[in-house]
Amino acid sequence: MPNLSMTVNGKAVQGEVEARTLLVQFLRENLDLTGTHVGCDTSQCGACVVHVNGAAMKSCTMLAMQAEGAEVTTIEGLADGDTLHPMQEAFRNNHGLQCGFCTPGMVMSAIDLVNRNPNPSEEEIRDGLEGNICRCTGYHNIVKSVAEAARVMGS
Amino acid sequence: MPDGINTGIGASVTRVEDYRFLTGQGTYTDDINRPGQAYAYILRSPHAHARINGIDTTAAGAADGVVAIYTGADMQTGGLPCGWLIHSRDGSPMHEPPHPPLAQGKVRCLGDQVAIVIADSLSQAKAAAELIEVDYDVLPAVVDMKAAAGGGTLVHDDIGTNVCYDWVIGEEGDVDAALAGSAHVTEIDIVNNRLIANAMEPRAAVSDFDRATGEYTLYTTTQNPHVIRLLMGAFVLSIPEHKLRIVAPDVGGGFGSKIFHYAEEAILTWAAGKLARPIKWTAERSESFMTDAQGRDHVTTAKLGLDANGKFTALKVETMANMGAYLSTFASSVPTYLYATLLAGCYTTPVIFANVKAIFTNTVPVDAYRGAGRPEATYLLERIVNKAAKEMNLDPVEIRTRNFIPSDAFPYQTPVALQYDSGDYMATLKRAQELHDTAGFAARRAEAEARGKKLGLGYSTYLEACGIAPSAVAGALGARAGLYESAEVRVHPTGSVTIFTGTHSHGQGHETTFAQLVSERLGVPLENIEISHGDTNRVQFGMGTYGSRSLAVGGVALDKALDKIEAKAKKIAAHILEASTEDLEFNDGNFTVAGTDKAMAFGEVALAAYVPHNYPIDEIEPGLDEQAFYDPANFTYPGGCHICEVEIDPATGVTEVTKFTAVDDVGRVINPMIVAGQVHGGVAQGIGQALLEEAIYDPEGQLLTGSYMDYCMPRADNLPSIQVAHETTLCTHNSLGVKGCGEVGAIGSPPAVINAVLDALTDFGVEDIAMPATPARVWQAIQDAKA
Amino acid sequence: MYDFNYHKPSSSNAAASAVAGADDGKFLAGGQTLLPTMKQRLAMPSDLVDLAGCDLSGVRVDGDNLVIGAMTTHDAVATSAEVQAHIPGLAALAAGIGDQQVRNRGTIGGSVANNDPAADYPAACLALGATIHTDRRTITAEDFFTGMFDTALDEGELITAIAFPKPAACAYQKFPNPASRYALVGVMVAKTGGGVRVAVTGAGENGVFRAAEIEAALGANFSADAAAGAAVSADGLNSDLHASAEYRAHLVGVMASRAVAAC
Repeated sequence: MPNLSMTVNGKAVQGEVEARTLLVQFLRENLDLTGTHVGCDTSQCGACVVHVNGAAMKSCTMLAMQAEGAEVTTIEGLADGDTLHPMQEAFRNNHGLQCGFCTPGMVMSAIDLVNRNPNPSEEEIRDGLEGNICRCTGYHNIVKSVAEAARVMGS
Repeated sequence: MPDGINTGIGASVTRVEDYRFLTGQGTYTDDINRPGQAYAYILRSPHAHARINGIDTTAAGAADGVVAIYTGADMQTGGLPCGWLIHSRDGSPMHEPPHPPLAQGKVRCLGDQVAIVIADSLSQAKAAAELIEVDYDVLPAVVDMKAAAGGGTLVHDDIGTNVCYDWVIGEEGDVDAALAGSAHVTEIDIVNNRLIANAMEPRAAVSDFDRATGEYTLYTTTQNPHVIRLLMGAFVLSIPEHKLRIVAPDVGGGFGSKIFHYAEEAILTWAAGKLARPIKWTAERSESFMTDAQGRDHVTTAKLGLDANGKFTALKVETMANMGAYLSTFASSVPTYLYATLLAGCYTTPVIFANVKAIFTNTVPVDAYRGAGRPEATYLLERIVNKAAKEMNLDPVEIRTRNFIPSDAFPYQTPVALQYDSGDYMATLKRAQELHDTAGFAARRAEAEARGKKLGLGYSTYLEACGIAPSAVAGALGARAGLYESAEVRVHPTGSVTIFTGTHSHGQGHETTFAQLVSERLGVPLENIEISHGDTNRVQFGMGTYGSRSLAVGGVALDKALDKIEAKAKKIAAHILEASTEDLEFNDGNFTVAGTDKAMAFGEVALAAYVPHNYPIDEIEPGLDEQAFYDPANFTYPGGCHICEVEIDPATGVTEVTKFTAVDDVGRVINPMIVAGQVHGGVAQGIGQALLEEAIYDPEGQLLTGSYMDYCMPRADNLPSIQVAHETTLCTHNSLGVKGCGEVGAIGSPPAVINAVLDALTDFGVEDIAMPATPARVWQAIQDAKA
Repeated sequence: MYDFNYHKPSSSNAAASAVAGADDGKFLAGGQTLLPTMKQRLAMPSDLVDLAGCDLSGVRVDGDNLVIGAMTTHDAVATSAEVQAHIPGLAALAAGIGDQQVRNRGTIGGSVANNDPAADYPAACLALGATIHTDRRTITAEDFFTGMFDTALDEGELITAIAFPKPAACAYQKFPNPASRYALVGVMVAKTGGGVRVAVTGAGENGVFRAAEIEAALGANFSADAAAGAAVSADGLNSDLHASAEYRAHLVGVMASRAVAAC
């Protein structure tokens, strides 16, 4: 089985995996980072989104081996102790989550969105979240959360 | 309130549960791993209807890592039960064909369970499953309800018909006479499209068996762990409650689809017992599409009689409701007591008759999905009311207001069994019109017209019933369970509090809302309150969360337990403060003796209860831990007005919801932020039903919309921001005055959307359109109207 | 997913050798189509040869051509200053492929090699008269797309880059499938040295094609009305649960007309 090493949430990790191991499986099963979720099998729901070298990617549609040597950030790596990332804080302030299942992917995607476009309009936020499906919130409060986080992150 | 921060009733407190979800520390079923666990893959039928001549597991059994393979021949247990017995109009009980967890000689829908493969890893289980040889005789499938009702191919040979029941409510003769005497009769044919709940967390289960104690444990994605314990333990596997623990940890959304007792739960629990080894199963999304109970799927013909002034005189409804291949847990109740009893809506229609035929087909079972029956009733009413208005040349608002039950007419007895306790439909309508700026619609329409777009405005004034109860009435109507809820308030010696509730949160925010109730009553800060739910070994009992019942039933049970806590604490405080209980006041967490400066904090009382040195030990027991069961006296009746505005591009048929306003009466609001969130989510699902979503089977019973590639889920760019407000009348028969808010969005919104679409298409002469009004359908409707 | 041998060579020659040496080797580009297909067990290659180390990504201007390396992601094309400057319609097309996460991984070479009948890039290649560069030869777009999921690529042949001649103007309009967001109909209109070229994706039973009726109409009168007025036949168009062939034919005209307006 191939050997694999990468940096996850700032820590060097390594493992021996089958070639077919998806990045999300490596995170959840080998590293016990179960915050990254799997909500579909057609690469559409976005519950599995993590950052690979700073960009949002669907970890269910990527082999662990393709992240060899990469810097990976998961939902577990965002907060600094008890201090939440501004995106997490905004989701809490605006009730941007209900069941919480899509939330990790949604937050990771939203951070990438704001990194690319620091001052997004409501329409740009809605379009930018195309790759993440939420069934609880109707997106209303997610959109508010992202807009608020963008203001905080920009200041 | 503590520290001057309001954390009680009416405060938009941010949620207690959010920190763990936002940091990836939630514990969903698939996050749970037991030492030594094996993995299960379920081999499912690729056919909608087939006889199984034989299953050869020889090669599969010898494959790498395989622990065991079981088929229906191995698992001879009870079948999955149905929780509600409906009687047909001739008095006969509904047909209840067996629903075996693993197929017994026949498969009746796509995805039916044929075998379970248990292996050391999931890949090994999947690889082995490919080696199982199933000898099928593929049989013709019956998918269309009308064809099924006519006989021919039978889903269940033994019962000789595909009609599960033929049920009626109301007096048909009275309704026919009233229709015959009406100045005008509006008729409508309507389909309520089949939906798939699609909670984002796929179903999953982890089972375990402890040979030393004989205890089974099942972690499962359910909305009601005690119900699963009861159904699986008593009916399927014969495991007594004290040896069966069901845990519903964090659950990623349910919307009804996780109420039901599913085959996988029973198969995994049974297999764990056989192997004395933990087993894990997690559905892939494509598996969810073909095994989660689906929703809606009604075909209806209705007639509404009106007098010359547009007052409704009678309503007659004929509905066929799809049950799918087997009766799911609450399937039989949805198109009857959750549907036909709602056909008065918020109107004074004097006589109503409904006939509902429930039909078996070779499709995935159909059961409750957000709103369950009430969206179907509302859609029918709000469409036929609009059609009647058009036919009688009345404004759609005018026809509604002429027929509203007046706000001074409560309690109001409908002709279809329900007695509404409170409501003010004119108030919600007026407020919605103001918020929506309906007065400005004409100008907005002209502006859109100038851009080549068609603007439409649609109303829905709906009424629903939730907080289902009372048990005795439900029992008389066929319910096989009670519909109460329980709560335990455990005050700890230092004054912190743990609440045990039989309801379950899978997104609704109980850990916050219920804590607010406690904070309001006892003056305890939120951080000192823990809400425990979802574990049958921790929580006394409960019926779980569905039908917008958590607060209206479970919250009231909690309120009653708090009454007992307060009463006992008062006796303890009175003893210590040397006053009579009548002279004690309890505010903001302090007992005070009226007219004196003598006071005692609630925490001190709690300590005294557990360190009973100075204590009325002859009168009351030590400790401060109380429990209550609450069986409601009536349903609760939320209602309101939804107004939708759509913009249609006639060139492509694309419909955009540009503005949506929901003014709901959900009774007293505990946490406005959470209630608004519930409405947003419900409206999104309603817009989804109206414009995007539909489960489609081909004539062979294959699901054509079996993934997100073909089943259109609402995404952020499909939806507008949603304006939400409340006009409140209190529920008169529960102590909190609450009604329920989980389903109002999904119930009220679909007809508002479709009425708006039809309004936008008026110029083209389009008079009807089916849900979902996809771009292709809208475009086609315009072409057909032109032709 | 079935297991396989994973290779990550550091040159395209080594990648080609690795595939040639395998029982059933496949190139792995961005993996946004291949991996989902493998997850569904619809493909079981013996070996996957990851092209990420082969230095095949990047955009360069070569005379009148914009040359895009096969491993250039959709996001890189969408945000490339060169693409935005020279063929802004192509940058806009890339910005509308899939969702942001897919654009961050999916590549132009992978998309073109797969020739999904509902993919966007084939329309750009055909409308702009692109040339597909492989490790063995160059192939014109006309010759390259041979049918649904079918291309002129030989066994083991590797796309290295795609060269797009700069048009006078071009624009792409997509009508997405409401569920999958793939193109139900996508139309690229280009004013090129060789005349007006209109390529349609998503609609055809045999994948991407040129709409002769619209090209003729626009050749005579390059206007949105001319495109909308050119009747497109429903013959040979897909009909499925999302759209009839007639609706698709109508949308081809509407999208072409909107693309002309955006040119």
